[in-house]
Amino acid sequence: MLVLEKNTMTEEIEKLVEKYGNLRSSLLPILQEIQSVHKYIPDFAQQEVARLLNIHPVEVYSVISFYTFLNTKPKGRYLVRLCKTISCDMQGKQAIARAIERELGISFGETTKDNKFTLEYINCLGMCDKGPAMLINNKVYTKLTPEKAIQIINEIQ
Amino acid sequence: MTERSGNGKVIFSEYRRGEAIKKALTMTREEILLEIRESKLKGRGGAGFPTSTKWMLSAAAVADEKYVICNADEGEPGTFKDRLLLMEYPELIFDGMVIAGYTIGAKKGIVYLRGEYEYLKEQLESYLEQMKTDNLLGKAILNNKEFDFDVIIRLGSGAYVCGEETALIESLEGFRGEARNRPPYPVNTGFQGKPTIVNNVETFAAVTHIIMKGSQWFKKYGTDKSTGSKLFSVSGDCDKPGVYELPMGIRISELLKIVGAKNTKAVQVGGASGICLPKSQFERTLAYEDVPSGGSIIIFNESRNMLKVLKNFMEFFVEESCGQCTPCRIGNIKLLEGVNMIESGNYTFKYINQLKELGKTMQLASKCGLGQSSPNPFISILENFSEEIFNNSEER
Repeated sequence: MLVLEKNTMTEEIEKLVEKYGNLRSSLLPILQEIQSVHKYIPDFAQQEVARLLNIHPVEVYSVISFYTFLNTKPKGRYLVRLCKTISCDMQGKQAIARAIERELGISFGETTKDNKFTLEYINCLGMCDKGPAMLINNKVYTKLTPEKAIQIINEIQ
Repeated sequence: MTERSGNGKVIFSEYRRGEAIKKALTMTREEILLEIRESKLKGRGGAGFPTSTKWMLSAAAVADEKYVICNADEGEPGTFKDRLLLMEYPELIFDGMVIAGYTIGAKKGIVYLRGEYEYLKEQLESYLEQMKTDNLLGKAILNNKEFDFDVIIRLGSGAYVCGEETALIESLEGFRGEARNRPPYPVNTGFQGKPTIVNNVETFAAVTHIIMKGSQWFKKYGTDKSTGSKLFSVSGDCDKPGVYELPMGIRISELLKIVGAKNTKAVQVGGASGICLPKSQFERTLAYEDVPSGGSIIIFNESRNMLKVLKNFMEFFVEESCGQCTPCRIGNIKLLEGVNMIESGNYTFKYINQLKELGKTMQLASKCGLGQSSPNPFISILENFSEEIFNNSEER
């Protein structure tokens, strides 16, 4: 990270700490915001959050490593998460999974070369009556067919 | 106002925003607690703890601050009733939370919304703003100078275990979502060490109706031990999946008829942590005294491979175990290994029976509900569908 980037990051985190207060209970909302902006939580950001909340950096890391939605490694700009729970599975999740893999040329858990898409599985999205379902960033798509899933992905500019 | 898709006599019955709050503020706390006790309402998340007991204990606790938490971490596979309530019936939930705040003497409410439902957050926050405009939230609610109550929304980050109330509180405090030892219970030592009630989304909705229409009206539905109605999230092999409001104590066979399920072989009641019932048990009732559940109903027809179903559930638990207690952390991995052994035909009955014993140990020795209930599908599917699983495994 360049010094300039570090300074910007520090300012950003200071604003977040101001918004939520420098309490331990603000940790998750702060991390969630960093995650949604940068798609991951860089080491430097973890240290800064720790410094401003007055806790040890390893505490921040331990929280990040616990939650599925927080990660310390970069991901694509669009996170495609396909529900793999039984109801979606019975409604044809497998065909959707294969179609997306073919179309993007990556397997689950990978990111495309242009850093646009990351493909992952997710546990129950609460869309069991309208499966198969997937989330792309925070938008939910239901009643997928392989064709429809690909169309949605292709429409993302 | 969004279009309503609910259809039912209790939770989905007619209600206008703020009415129950207005009525509650004319009652004393004791009257409200009595009304809820009279209704025999039990926790709608599935555990079935009497709501009035929880509220009484926290109302009696002495502290400078108390909290009302709405558990909207609906992570159980096959459950989506809370999503519907949050999307279409927010007035029931938030009015219930305000009533809870008034009853136990809390000034702050928190909705713990699962990360997967982040797309609902904006809509819920603008709804809370409307409530403030109508003086149903914030300072001096309905000009009652004694009563301030505010609600904030906090997001989870994709951890099933955070639906367990003490893990949820840990998560809100900014820690890993690892369940606490109980006692002390949250009603005395909850969020930030203060008295806290944690109730399911549907429980708050039920409270709103009970206060408005009375406990006698509520008790007209359901059975003696399980009063009122319950929302069931129905998915799987049926013509009409969706959320159904049905009286407590309904037979599984009746439910199957209503949702248009044909050639049903098995019904998983209560999601991954529930039990799997074969055809011979479809006359059992959905109630706390028989088959309790948080409302997840997954239907499997004759064409389904029950071993694959079990594998899906066990993979889920291996992923979602928080890892702090050994029975759950290692036990689930062992059970999944057992399922894989059966799948490849490389097993002995001696070992499978040992795994069933291990499951029973996990039910006893795990620290929280996740590990205590994760062996349920393993034990119930292997016992109820042994013929299908063990007689065909050579061919698979």
